[in-house]
Amino acid sequence: MLQIIHLTVNGRAQELAVDIRASLADVLRRQLGLTSVKKGCEVGECGACTVLIDGRAVDSCLYLAVWADGREILTVEGLRAGDGSLHPVQRAFIEKAAVQCGFCTPGIIMSAVEIVGAGRRYTREELRRELSGHLCRCTGYENILDAVQQAVEQTLQQASS
Amino acid sequence: MGEESIIGKSVPRVDALDKVTGAARYTADLCPPGALVARILHSSIANGRVKRIDTAAAAAMPGVELVVTCFDVPDIAFPTAGHPWSVESAHQDVADRRLLNSRVRYFGDEIAAVVAVDEVTAERACRAIEVEYEEYPPCLTVEQAMAADAMPLHPEICPSNVLKEHSYSSGDLAAAQAEPGLLHLHRVYRTQPVQHCHIEPAVSFAYGEGGKIVVVSATQIPHIMRRVVGQALGLPWGQVRIIKPYLGGGFGNRQDVLYEPLNAYLSQRLNGRCVLLEASREEVFACTRQRHAITFSYHAWARPDGTLVARDITAWSQQGGYASHGHAIVANATTFLRDIYQDEQALATKAYTVYTNTGAGGAMRGYGIPQGCFAADCMMDDLAQALGLDPILIREKNMMRPGFVDPGTGIACQSYGLADCIRRGRELSDWDRLRRAYAQQSGPLRRGIGMAIFTYKTGVYPISLETASCRMVLNQDGTLQLHLGATEIGQGGDTVFLQMASAATGIPFADIHIVSTQDTDIAPFDTGAYASRQTYVTGKAIKKTGGLLREKLFAYAARLLGCDAAQLQLCGRQIVSAAGEPLISLADLAQNAFYGLDYSEHITAEATSHCADNTFAFGCCFAEIEVDLPLGRIRPLKVINVHDSGVLINPQLAEAQVHGGQSMGLGYALSEEMLYDEKGRLRNGNLLDYKLPTALDTPPLCVDFVQTVDPSGPFGNKALGEPPAIPVAPAIRNALLHATGVAVDELPLEPKRLVRLFQERGLI
Amino acid sequence: MFDLEAIYRAASVQDAIAALVADPEAVVIAGGTDVLIRIREGKLAGCRLVSIHDLPELAGCRLDAAGALHIGPLTCFRDIVDHPLVQRHIPILAQAAAAVGGPQIRAMGTVGGNLCNGATSADTASSLFALNAVLTLTGPQGSRQLPVAEFYLGPGQVALQPGELLTDICIAQADYQGFGGCYLKYAMRNAMDIATLGTAVLARAHGAALMELRVAFGVAGPVPMRCPQCEAALSGTLFRDAERLIAGLVREEIHPRSSWRASREFRLQVAGENAARALRQAFIQAGGEV
Repeated sequence: MLQIIHLTVNGRAQELAVDIRASLADVLRRQLGLTSVKKGCEVGECGACTVLIDGRAVDSCLYLAVWADGREILTVEGLRAGDGSLHPVQRAFIEKAAVQCGFCTPGIIMSAVEIVGAGRRYTREELRRELSGHLCRCTGYENILDAVQQAVEQTLQQASS
Repeated sequence: MGEESIIGKSVPRVDALDKVTGAARYTADLCPPGALVARILHSSIANGRVKRIDTAAAAAMPGVELVVTCFDVPDIAFPTAGHPWSVESAHQDVADRRLLNSRVRYFGDEIAAVVAVDEVTAERACRAIEVEYEEYPPCLTVEQAMAADAMPLHPEICPSNVLKEHSYSSGDLAAAQAEPGLLHLHRVYRTQPVQHCHIEPAVSFAYGEGGKIVVVSATQIPHIMRRVVGQALGLPWGQVRIIKPYLGGGFGNRQDVLYEPLNAYLSQRLNGRCVLLEASREEVFACTRQRHAITFSYHAWARPDGTLVARDITAWSQQGGYASHGHAIVANATTFLRDIYQDEQALATKAYTVYTNTGAGGAMRGYGIPQGCFAADCMMDDLAQALGLDPILIREKNMMRPGFVDPGTGIACQSYGLADCIRRGRELSDWDRLRRAYAQQSGPLRRGIGMAIFTYKTGVYPISLETASCRMVLNQDGTLQLHLGATEIGQGGDTVFLQMASAATGIPFADIHIVSTQDTDIAPFDTGAYASRQTYVTGKAIKKTGGLLREKLFAYAARLLGCDAAQLQLCGRQIVSAAGEPLISLADLAQNAFYGLDYSEHITAEATSHCADNTFAFGCCFAEIEVDLPLGRIRPLKVINVHDSGVLINPQLAEAQVHGGQSMGLGYALSEEMLYDEKGRLRNGNLLDYKLPTALDTPPLCVDFVQTVDPSGPFGNKALGEPPAIPVAPAIRNALLHATGVAVDELPLEPKRLVRLFQERGLI
Repeated sequence: MFDLEAIYRAASVQDAIAALVADPEAVVIAGGTDVLIRIREGKLAGCRLVSIHDLPELAGCRLDAAGALHIGPLTCFRDIVDHPLVQRHIPILAQAAAAVGGPQIRAMGTVGGNLCNGATSADTASSLFALNAVLTLTGPQGSRQLPVAEFYLGPGQVALQPGELLTDICIAQADYQGFGGCYLKYAMRNAMDIATLGTAVLARAHGAALMELRVAFGVAGPVPMRCPQCEAALSGTLFRDAERLIAGLVREEIHPRSSWRASREFRLQVAGENAARALRQAFIQAGGEV
């Protein structure tokens, strides 16, 4: 069965007929081709499907697409500025070698985008807590933490200057 | 940019931009819309036989396109291990699996498959299939499987459940033991089954095109997979085409052929319609591969000064229901035991690989060495403790030294940084101070520091001749295209291959493009990402091909310029004279080569490098922990790995790779374990119940390198990919011994086990 | 895709109740973090859902005129953690909510769902037991109040009648004022885990004396539980005595089971140890002199 929903995805208003059985991850991947939204477990344990819903990091595999009606969704595909420049988090992930296989990367970047957007400083331990809903098997989280820390600092510095 | 500058430079990963923007496409991302969806029906018993299977209800469901059972598939047994094929039948992998199996050998065995229009229909159809079994008691442990009355799982392959055994001995063990004044220790060290946990689940899709079956798959080994799919389906190998896009981690699980042959078969049965086969995380856990649980019965005899006089070690490896990589893993572990430490008088090792009714053991990062290292370095600390010696001292007394040659494989120590690694780790960890500071503690919170060392063979020679090919194609603009059969699986292969290609050709790094996707119809042959071989073996192919390409470029330039090719050099984007005078740009040369009015030559170079060589990498781990006795918890405070992997091609990526290995080692040490119930069902086959470390479970990870120059490596380099995961678990175990005096001989060091041991020892 | 037959997105509490009356077999879904997993596992495959996901009237926290703190059951864990009223009056609940899963799950899962699925391991349940939370259940016949301890009937079973929804969680002023509190989650990981044992302790202090003690556990029995005998024995004693005695007393009073996740003996060990540790923190928070 289909239901019509209206939502904003990466800044663009969309009207979609979605299968009531579909998760938001299903719809983003299959109907909108936003394949940065990864499926690693489908039960909210790995965090690879994380997107921002109304600014909050959420596992889109455990979120019914019909619930997205009226909401604003952001995925990694929506982060680059119009001129192609990267979001500070994306830049930091490249510079700090926080990317390896890259499968968990988009989800972690979305959590980091929310963190950076909070406009405050975090201790390393706080960042560990904020990123603890993501599993990564390649990095031991070390360079990811470095990258997020760098993006937080740079964004704060830019805001103050 | 020549060899001097680009090798050893931390250039950013060439795939990073795609991966942070979502442009990187992985297997499932590429599946065309409208593809049919396959689901597998797994056995609900661990040992037995499918007597009857009723698919009528499933087949009648609207939207179901195909139902196949174990009674429908071709009667072809095939091997799945991602080893190079051997032309000698005695060295071929064990062929013990069919696409679907009526003889059930583990809980979750594949017995039927459904293809439907969507996953909900496919799942409903699977649930509607009725199966009747003849059930046998499961053999879930090596002991049960080796019992005299145990039913053999594969009687056609081996009459008992011992898939293979071998022994090795040197010296006179009896005479060595007889020496007066020796300390004799006997311990039984046990390692647990764990899994790779690449975050991208096992996935493939298959379709027919051009008279071939095409399988797009998340694999480390596309060229090997082509052969196995051909074997499994009884097809000429040239009729199979494997495409490998970006891959979400492998760690050895994808050095095995998983569901790709079945996927190809299902598409074939549907006249080549596209079929997607995505394993759920639960299926990945229960039904793909795992690291072998190995038990070591370990005798050691040492003099009071710490000299290792003799050892007698027997190892039993739990294989699971199918052979996969089989005996190669425990064989590697026992070889390691004689490589890392040398006995003055005698050594005897014996190893068994035993079929059991559990998930199949396969390759996993370190290939038997994490298990072997746990046994070897637990014993070193147990000896040190019993003799009152410093753990580093006893290692230095007995460990591999420069000039070592393995008596069985003939692999020689060609570059040696082990002693320097230990020295560096000792400084970085503040070892001497902390060993003293934590020596006498009381109270519920105690700290300790421990260490472990290892050696690791870079490739697989002389088990098989290593081979890799490389192709370089000059583009019309003077840039270069690099084609390899070697795979990027997350480790950074593409980036270091480009660095090597730049060094080998002299063409700037930025002017070389890699074809990241392997398509076996196009990509040159390479056996793929396993062992820690690609930078070593494929690196040699890149170096050789780069030399060929330079010759061709110079020959073309010489023809064009009417000069002697031997006098030409490549400098940046220019071909220059011996005196350094610019003669022609690569761009102009390429334009002429493609579009010249009187002559044209498409400049390419391709070469195979076979590698009849191997070399030892080294390293160590120092771990500092805090133990909360009443709660049985170990909190790692700091983990330091120091590696000798020869020359580092890209230090930043090398360090990142070590972090990942440390994290995997921490999970192995502290929390990860696949748990089976009495019926053989995996209890914790999901990412909630299987305790992979999160960011909050991970301490600061510290990495350093001792860079030796290995004469056999193409750029002085040797193994790095697997080693970081090896020494962490014994280092933490030894830190626990230091902190509490409790020697735990079984992994993982998880709270329930520790609380029991602390209670037994009266510590709580 | 989830194997579900239908979903009704309720527009109000009354609308949801009407939908449940019309379809008694329908399953209520709130945050979705439990129900969707059970659908995927096949346990609820083919079900019909009544979604209360988007009912703002059931979310948020407020104080009433009598000083009682009301928590909307649809408040997600993250909003519990961040809510100023929770932080000021019942920080123990913020601590418990912060222990659930990981950040993304906490932004989806709700405190009401945590109670309604009836799991003994629910992180927020033991704190709500210690806080004597009173639940409001609203059904076709109207509303009724039930102490949280009476809400749990057995593993996975709660006192919701057909057509009933949990519509309010209330903590009376007397149940939080003057108390210090501490929730300690024992799990095998520091995030993304379910509790092996959850320990919630509330304490009131006067100098070195422990004036009042409340101890509640998750996974110490088939449902979350209090330890009334231990509480009675130690309330009104000196903290230093209570800290020494509490482990032994709770171990006598709880009855954890052995499962593959942990043995009874292990849970007993942890319960005693963490009761003492939580007591210390709660007592300090209550201004006690240790």
